[in-house]
Amino acid sequence: MQNTVEKDQAVSAPQEDVMQKSMKEKNIKSVSIRQKVVKALVQILLYAFLTIMAISILFPFYWMLISSLKTLNEYNETIPTLWPRQFHWENYVTAFTGDLDLGRLFLNTCIVGIVSTILSLVVTVLSAFAFARLDFKGKNALFAALLATMMIPGELFTITNYITVSSLGWLNTFTVLIVPFLVSVFYIYLLRQNFLQIPNELYLAAKVDGTSDLKYLWKVMVPLAAPTLVSITILKMMGAWNSYIWPRLVANDAAHKLVTVGLRGASFVDLATNMVNYPAQMAAVVIVTIPLLLVFIFFRKYIMRGVSRSGLKG
Amino acid sequence: MTKTKAEKPALTEEEKKLAERKKNLRKARFNRYKAWLYLSPAIILLLIFTVWPIFNTIRLSLLTDFNYLGELRGKTFEFGFDNFVNVAQYSGFLTCLGNTMLLTVITVPVSTMLALIVAVALNSIKFLKRAFQTIFFLPYVTNAIAIGMVFMTMFQMIGDAPNYSSIGIINTIIEAFGGTRINWVNPGSNYWANIAVLAIYIVWNALPFKILVLLGGLQGVNKQYYEAAKVDGASRMRIFWRITVPMLSPMIAYVVITGFIGGFKEYSSIVGIFGDEMGPVGAPRSLNTMVGFIYASITENNQGRASAAALILFAIIFVVTMINLYVSKKKVHY
Repeated sequence: MQNTVEKDQAVSAPQEDVMQKSMKEKNIKSVSIRQKVVKALVQILLYAFLTIMAISILFPFYWMLISSLKTLNEYNETIPTLWPRQFHWENYVTAFTGDLDLGRLFLNTCIVGIVSTILSLVVTVLSAFAFARLDFKGKNALFAALLATMMIPGELFTITNYITVSSLGWLNTFTVLIVPFLVSVFYIYLLRQNFLQIPNELYLAAKVDGTSDLKYLWKVMVPLAAPTLVSITILKMMGAWNSYIWPRLVANDAAHKLVTVGLRGASFVDLATNMVNYPAQMAAVVIVTIPLLLVFIFFRKYIMRGVSRSGLKG
Repeated sequence: MTKTKAEKPALTEEEKKLAERKKNLRKARFNRYKAWLYLSPAIILLLIFTVWPIFNTIRLSLLTDFNYLGELRGKTFEFGFDNFVNVAQYSGFLTCLGNTMLLTVITVPVSTMLALIVAVALNSIKFLKRAFQTIFFLPYVTNAIAIGMVFMTMFQMIGDAPNYSSIGIINTIIEAFGGTRINWVNPGSNYWANIAVLAIYIVWNALPFKILVLLGGLQGVNKQYYEAAKVDGASRMRIFWRITVPMLSPMIAYVVITGFIGGFKEYSSIVGIFGDEMGPVGAPRSLNTMVGFIYASITENNQGRASAAALILFAIIFVVTMINLYVSKKKVHY
């Protein structure tokens, strides 16, 4: 702001005579003070607005945490308390031992998440390499066709896929949770763009040295594209953690149930009072939420990179 | 003897060339197949789980009341457009369509405007900027179902009407400011109260992505425009509408289009708050959406109806996206 005023002065000064100049300087001084006040007010308003927005964003997290530490009686009081009178960590024990078998749910989700991430990475790396480095007939047409499938809503595939997996006898297995979504066109696209940035000379040099494609892929391209691979890994793991619709449809038995399905399906009824034990429910919600927040804190950069390009959750 | 000796090297040289060319050819051919070899896992899976479903879904939608179990037993289904006609006459479908449209039309403009204001505000501060940015991104890295359950507990009253033991934190805040409590989500709650809760939750959930994209766009705007405007003495509002919005228009178009697509596929947030019943106790399915309708049709073993609904959903999304693209082509400043 100060700068522009000075510039203004510098530009106009030579054209004015002395009288006008001194008058104008006075004017500029009062204007700049007024501008400073306005600027300070605007800043205060901005911070006030951002703070209110931040509180509304954070409030559900706060409410979830404090509710998870209350007793059922305190939770049911007429005027809700804003801070638990005493921290009741036993709600977290209840979350693990109640009708919600959280340990089992975690195990299932980890199996599905890890296996599908590894397989998905292999398939994605191979396809992205073919699209980025190899020449073959119909490459561009095939790539365009793949991108076109991204426009179609997933629900359209689900109906037939449900029939397919049923007829293959895959219902209530881990296979059904892993295989149908192994290939993501978006991930292939993301990694291909990354591979294209690696100079072709490296590949040709490796060819001259007699390095095999796979060795080159593993030793040069994969390390250079590591950030994108980390993004894909995180999004894929988060996808397994948050997926609800498909698992609920095809694997709803205890041995294969995923964490989100289990969380929504559990009733949390307290057997003694026959009331829903909301503090225990909130404890389970906290347990499901914390790993995601930890991943976000440690991999913030990678998540944001993937997100701003996808527009999709998970 | 000598003749052959002299001839032999010449021949081998030619042969060498030929062999070389053959080798190159073989290599080229192998390279061509190699690409397909690398692509084969992806292509096989895509053929089974993406390409085949596109054609099959169209086929199923044209077989009246197709159900998979029936087909296994050898039942045949009439060919025609009955699924589409029946779906449109089915009252559950119209409820779903109405809910989906209503939620989309409310939440997309609200969340886009809010995100735009937040992004502009974030872009004009320095102190604590990063902390605010982190906070505003948090809803993105959450589980839609889990946090939906938290929103439920915030709006819910506990106990039986009219003697609630607890009226919930939101109603407590409303009463503290002199308002009257509202039955947001309990049995007997008003449809518009339910929609309000859903809209609040959906906007809360949609903000991070929009803020991220818009703030990224703002940081790319050339500072010279703002300096020129300041020299000219333009007001803040004028700068906002005449510089910020036009310069950001590609990003705004992007978040609006993805917002519409996401809005028409709304499902998890309703499950998070109201559960599988897709409505408050006593009014199941009153808040069901298009996606919810499709899943219900699958589990009720009417894959024909589900396919017809999925194609209608696809058509709606396609048309709305095209309209958005057409409008933004006219309005977006690149």
